[in-house]
Amino acid sequence: MNIPEIVGAGLIVIGAGLGIGRIGGSAMDAIARQPEASGKIQTAMLIAAALIEGIGFAALFAA
Amino acid sequence: MDKLIEQFSLGLFFWQLILFVGLVLLLKKFAWGPILNSVSEREEGIKSALDEAENARKEMQNLNADNARILKEARAERDILLKEAREMKDAIITEAKDEAQVQANKVVEQAQATIQSEKQAAIADLKNQVAELSINIAEKVVRGELSDKNKQTKLVEDLLKEVTIS
Amino acid sequence: MHRITLVKILTLLFLTVTISVKAQHDTPEKETVHVESSDSEKGSLRTEIKEYINHHLLDSYDFSLFSYTNDTGEHIYWSAPLPVILFDGGLKVFSSSKFHHGETVANVSGNYYKVFHNKIYKTNAEGTINLDDHHHPTNAKPLDFSITKNVTVIFLVGLLMFFMFSRMAKSYKKNGLMPKGMGRLLEPIVLYIRDDIAIPNIGKKHYKKYMSYLLTVFFFVWIINLLGLTPLGVNVTNNIAVTLALALITYILTTFTANKNYWKHIFWMPGVPVPMKFILAPIELLGTIIKPFSLMIRLYANITAGHIVLMSIIGLMFIFKSWIGSPLSFGLAFALALLELLVAALQAYIFTMLSALYFGMAVEEHDDH
Repeated sequence: MNIPEIVGAGLIVIGAGLGIGRIGGSAMDAIARQPEASGKIQTAMLIAAALIEGIGFAALFAA
Repeated sequence: MDKLIEQFSLGLFFWQLILFVGLVLLLKKFAWGPILNSVSEREEGIKSALDEAENARKEMQNLNADNARILKEARAERDILLKEAREMKDAIITEAKDEAQVQANKVVEQAQATIQSEKQAAIADLKNQVAELSINIAEKVVRGELSDKNKQTKLVEDLLKEVTIS
Repeated sequence: MHRITLVKILTLLFLTVTISVKAQHDTPEKETVHVESSDSEKGSLRTEIKEYINHHLLDSYDFSLFSYTNDTGEHIYWSAPLPVILFDGGLKVFSSSKFHHGETVANVSGNYYKVFHNKIYKTNAEGTINLDDHHHPTNAKPLDFSITKNVTVIFLVGLLMFFMFSRMAKSYKKNGLMPKGMGRLLEPIVLYIRDDIAIPNIGKKHYKKYMSYLLTVFFFVWIINLLGLTPLGVNVTNNIAVTLALALITYILTTFTANKNYWKHIFWMPGVPVPMKFILAPIELLGTIIKPFSLMIRLYANITAGHIVLMSIIGLMFIFKSWIGSPLSFGLAFALALLELLVAALQAYIFTMLSALYFGMAVEEHDDH
């Protein structure tokens, strides 16, 4: 692994981390606002997080 | 990416595909099919039992409502009957009262009439007796008076006097 | 009360000792003397650990539990040989014990094979592997359909699942539509997959035909992920071949059960201007491939990353040559193992969930908007 690849991988991780963090935070807000819908929110959160994660991993392997 | 392609092993892929598809088919026949069928059968059973219970409850409710209705009707009928009876009783009583009044009035009237007539009769009788008595007395007085001439004359005079006055 | 004070004192002692040890370590004069020797030693150790991790992540031709070097310098392997099946000018089946754990060349009816980086290559009698500039062997690779360790594990897990769930299915019959034993534990999961994954994503009308696949893939991935966390050292889902096979089945099922509406949305997206339709069609078509591709990568990468981190942390134990290493490594590894337990279930769930989502897209019926 050389420097550009490492930097790229770092950027990807930062981006994916921020994205997943935002999803998690928003989901927490949503659950706090509507605790009765927490099941649905969790499912939606997991799917969104999984999609970002998938893109992140794909990019990581490309890097 | 290169590492991934390099790592890819056709043999493992082949076996995984074969074994997994086989597993899906086997489990479908021997596990998932029966399990899901049993579960849905059970759920159907529970659902129908619940429905039945619900129906029974509804029927019960209807029955109760019917009972209440019948009871209400009976009560109303009884009330009507009682009212009618009361009215009839009142009517009879008033009628009887009226009749009695009429009768009593009649009796009183008759009694009054009888009393009147009796009174008349008694008065007439008394008058007769008084007349007879007075005639008798007059006879006796006359007899006594007539035994003496003077007296006779006087009497006649008195009488005449009286007559003229009255 | 006594115990608490004792704990406090011990903690304090621990902290002071740690700090003092650190302080000792940080003194520059002492370092200078040791630097070279310890550095080179650490370097070799690090590469050794790296090698070990890489080895752990790869498939192998025998089922080995552990190996060690005994006092006489002999490598002792606790392992069972597995059959090797090669197509190389005819079917060749032989036992992997012929490789002697990759140390020797196997001679099968005049052909010579050697294991190099967990792959079988055709070699000459001496077992020379020719490498190109990128350290890739240039030797011929025979078509390899060997029953490797992973294939064995897949087979065993399949067998386990078959017995587990067919028993569960039978217990329904015997027990008046109620499961018994294991089934009590498994039934809520089965119902969860049906009620919370399949029905909401696919719809009540079509979900039944996908249930077998969804259930099988969920339990298969879950069990195999969990097995990866046991000290058996099996590691199936971090092979791209395995996840590719799973994702491929999802892709095939999606493609072949898709209705007209699905294809219409790919090739002739309704509700957009005609030029856009031409632009969107290839993008959408690519999207159908990217979806299972991301499924494949996600499962593979999550499990691989988990294993690498876990093994690296365990490797810390050998890199830190002081007594802090072991408890630190143990604590971290323990916490991470708990996380991996969650990930094992989560990845199985995500794989099932997204598969269901894709199936749902394939059979969706709605009016054009």
